[in-house]
Amino acid sequence: MHFLNEHIIPFFNYWIYVIIMMLGLHAMIVKRNLIKKLIGMSIFSTAIILFYVSIGVNNGGDIQGGKPGETHGNIPVIEHELAQEASHDPSTIDHRRYANPLPHVLMLTAIVVGVATLGVGLAVTLRIYRDYDSIEEDEILAKIAAAPARQTDD
Amino acid sequence: MRLFGLFAVLVTGALLLYGVKDFPHYGAADSPANGGIVPRYYLENTMKDARVPNAVTTTLADYRGYDTMFETSVVFTAGVAIFAILRVFGGDRNRHHPDSLRIRGDQFRIIVGTTSRLLIAPIQLFALYVLAHGHHSPGGGFQGGVIIGASFLLLSVARNLGESLTRLPEQRFFTLGATGVLIYAGIGLLCLLLGHHFLDYRALQHVLPGVSPEMARSHGILGVEIGVAITVSSIMFAIYANLSTRGELKKGL
Repeated sequence: MHFLNEHIIPFFNYWIYVIIMMLGLHAMIVKRNLIKKLIGMSIFSTAIILFYVSIGVNNGGDIQGGKPGETHGNIPVIEHELAQEASHDPSTIDHRRYANPLPHVLMLTAIVVGVATLGVGLAVTLRIYRDYDSIEEDEILAKIAAAPARQTDD
Repeated sequence: MRLFGLFAVLVTGALLLYGVKDFPHYGAADSPANGGIVPRYYLENTMKDARVPNAVTTTLADYRGYDTMFETSVVFTAGVAIFAILRVFGGDRNRHHPDSLRIRGDQFRIIVGTTSRLLIAPIQLFALYVLAHGHHSPGGGFQGGVIIGASFLLLSVARNLGESLTRLPEQRFFTLGATGVLIYAGIGLLCLLLGHHFLDYRALQHVLPGVSPEMARSHGILGVEIGVAITVSSIMFAIYANLSTRGELKKGL
């Protein structure tokens, strides 16, 4: 119980990311099916994306009059009322009231790269299936071993 | 192998969980990520520099514009790579086409067809909204482009792939993809030719009439986002079309 209160509940989000990441890593290492390996890679990158986005959340800390709900800690968008004033004087914006935009930008990038990588990975898998009639790793290896002089320049 | 894999995963997870106790609490304002000077600059100056309330858009397309430009190139390259790996012309005569891909239940076809026909136009309109409203709310080129691509996917799932290929033929995939990257890099080059740094959108005040340097940055951001959206939408559909038909672009869903 002490361990639960001390180490798990305050860091609950990190525990979830680590568990999701372990699921993805397990699929990537253990599964023989190439599609399942790709799904594992996707799950793995999802864990990283969740981790980064949660790092950007900002609850404001000891901001003056820091009532909960007064900060916009989950979004990095300047409110409309403040925007006109802030365009002349940047110091009117208290950066602690907003989420950190940098993890959002980096993860937008990571999502797009993830989709592109997944697409290329699926294309390679389809190509392997076309040539070997299988997406099971051991079957493909057996076929390669059985026909070492296979013509590959078709 | 199985046991070894499980062991490796458990060791990795245990090490990570051991490190978790040194991490900042959820949403802590004094965490290293939130305490840095860089995000602070982005948040405080996004209105002053570019008149864009959404700090993510400013960071993405202006402060870190190089990153996003090559990001767009990555998407384009992925499309070209999938084309190079998968595409076959003329079809493989040795391989029979399984017709089992055909969805059973033709009696529902009219419902699905009508619903998708009603939905596709609002989806594309919403995509343009997401694209243009990225300055003020979550959105931008990548998101808008993906939604446009999704509308083509809906058309191919609801009708068939040939129907969407008449709207967006294969020859246009890479023309459009390259056009998007070219718009992005071209705006950067235009800034260079107008005497500023590459991708310094303030230079656009010389070509856009009656625009302050800050608004020129805002319009520059919109311009590159449009380029990103064009690339992403066409390449997303190209990836789907090639993957769903094993590179033959016929007889697919």
